[in-house]
Amino acid sequence: MSSIVEELQPRTGIDSKVQRPGAETAFVTPPVVKTPAQKLLAIPVGACIALAIHFFVPKREPVPPSHYYPILLFVMLGLGLLGAALYPFFEGLRKRMRHLCPLLGVVTMTAGIWELVTSCLGLLPLPYFPGPEGVFGSMVSDYKLLFDSTWHSLILLVSGYALGVMVALITGVTIGWFAHARYWGMPLLKVVGPIPATAWIPLAMVLSPSTLFSAIGLIALAVWFPVTMLTASGINNTRASYLDVARTLGAGQTYLIFRVAIPAALPNIFIGLFMGLGTSFLTLVVAENVGVKSGLGWYVSWAQGWAEYGKVYGALIIMAGFFSSIMTVLFKVRDRVLVWQKGVIKW
Amino acid sequence: MVAVSEPAAIEASSLRVRGASKYFAAVNGAAVGALALDRVSLFVSAGELVSIVGPSGCGKSTLLRLVAGLILPTEGEVLVGGEQITAPSAERGLVFQDPNLFPWLTVRRNIEAGLVARGVLKQQRGEVDEFMRLVGLEGFADAFPHHLSGGMAQRVALARAMINHPKVLLLDEPLGALDAFTRMRMQDEVLRLWRVHRSTMLLVTHDIDEAVYMSDRIVIMTPRPGRIEQIIPVKMNRPRDRSSPDFLRLRSDILETMHFAGRSLGGNGSESS
Repeated sequence: MSSIVEELQPRTGIDSKVQRPGAETAFVTPPVVKTPAQKLLAIPVGACIALAIHFFVPKREPVPPSHYYPILLFVMLGLGLLGAALYPFFEGLRKRMRHLCPLLGVVTMTAGIWELVTSCLGLLPLPYFPGPEGVFGSMVSDYKLLFDSTWHSLILLVSGYALGVMVALITGVTIGWFAHARYWGMPLLKVVGPIPATAWIPLAMVLSPSTLFSAIGLIALAVWFPVTMLTASGINNTRASYLDVARTLGAGQTYLIFRVAIPAALPNIFIGLFMGLGTSFLTLVVAENVGVKSGLGWYVSWAQGWAEYGKVYGALIIMAGFFSSIMTVLFKVRDRVLVWQKGVIKW
Repeated sequence: MVAVSEPAAIEASSLRVRGASKYFAAVNGAAVGALALDRVSLFVSAGELVSIVGPSGCGKSTLLRLVAGLILPTEGEVLVGGEQITAPSAERGLVFQDPNLFPWLTVRRNIEAGLVARGVLKQQRGEVDEFMRLVGLEGFADAFPHHLSGGMAQRVALARAMINHPKVLLLDEPLGALDAFTRMRMQDEVLRLWRVHRSTMLLVTHDIDEAVYMSDRIVIMTPRPGRIEQIIPVKMNRPRDRSSPDFLRLRSDILETMHFAGRSLGGNGSESS
């Protein structure tokens, strides 16, 4: 409770001290926001609890012979202590630790509770719920195949997404700008667009020479609809006064489209890009499950086939990191491109 | 309808509106369409600064959009330098009440916009700095519009319109959104730009003081349908004194013409005369 109060009003407390006569020098040094020790040591404490559970609580279930999980915990413990030791010296580290320590501490402790529930107490049935060693062990021992799968997923995702976005920008701008294109394009978009890309799988398999091409096509289709829709509406809703001003400045059609309508539609286009990215993840995993014989989606169903659930969870963890990194990249691009906009959503 | 005298030679940047009417057809909801302008005729000689005042709905903005070429008259014609206007062009710059700066471009790029649009940026790049200096924005070249105050944004809008050296500059209540002090400062600023560049200016305003302070002639319009009620010449030397008897008399004359002169205003006028 006291720590929350400190967090909320760190400056007022210091200011009131400073105002006392004879303490002018206090103005020179900026006020240092104190981080309570329990926050700073959250990671080491969490790691210690998890280690204690690992080494001292007797196991009821068979555990793989490897020791990757305790090594990981020791690494966390070491990093946590190192961070706490270096904390006073680096401003950037301070900021980051204030934010990350409680989160990572709880995550580390959760790993301990997970081990308690699975390996130690045996509350969840095997092989569906392996303990942490089962998951981390299989991730480390299978790293080559996991890396390969991630690489294949990345290539498939990027090519499908890029193709979809390129086509969508062309169709979106065309439908948004030209009244004729809107008349014929909009109904088609409204009818065909909402069909989930995965529903086209039977057709894609018939039409495409290889499963790789059909997977790229499906991802592109999944991206195409939201990006086209939002690009078209963004272009069509360009503020009329921007166009009027541009025309009185001597702008022709090309200038109006590329230098007024498209920049004005960019915030909308980015919403479409985010929506498209979400659907492309889904389509990627489904396509890899169905036809493509590589990638993380394929890895998950393959591991499941062998009842190696440790690998399934390992792949899911990789997927989480993989997809959220790509999302972060898109947010970074958006922040760079839309630097002129006020108040953008933070990721 | 007021008869307009016509000089023999048509100068390149003179503006003529001849019997222009604009009818807006009924859109869903409205039972009948609206006659925004009813056979309006007006001649503005080259380099003249003419204000248009009138209550809302009198068609003053419509008239400005006709001259800009953004809309075409239902009847009649608009000519600049004897040439009929059929489309917008860089020869007739337009500045709105909302500066309408492109928010995705920096101040410098906004001012350059006209040069880029006409494909002459390379030849005239040097003028960009000159215009930024002219409107006092040297330090803000790389700022984005949302960082600018209302007055600064409107200066950028003026520079953006003027860098094309338009024959006619159309100002649609350009200072309407500014506070009283900024507005008075900007009035001097616009006058300075007008003196430097000698373009023909058509200024729509709802501020009578502004019209009297700035213009060579004041066009008073009445609404439904939009018509020119009277054109009043302003024969005072610039810079004008906002509190001189002449200024105040002219101001109350205009208010009277517009049927806004109440008892107190009328009394004020007779006092000063």
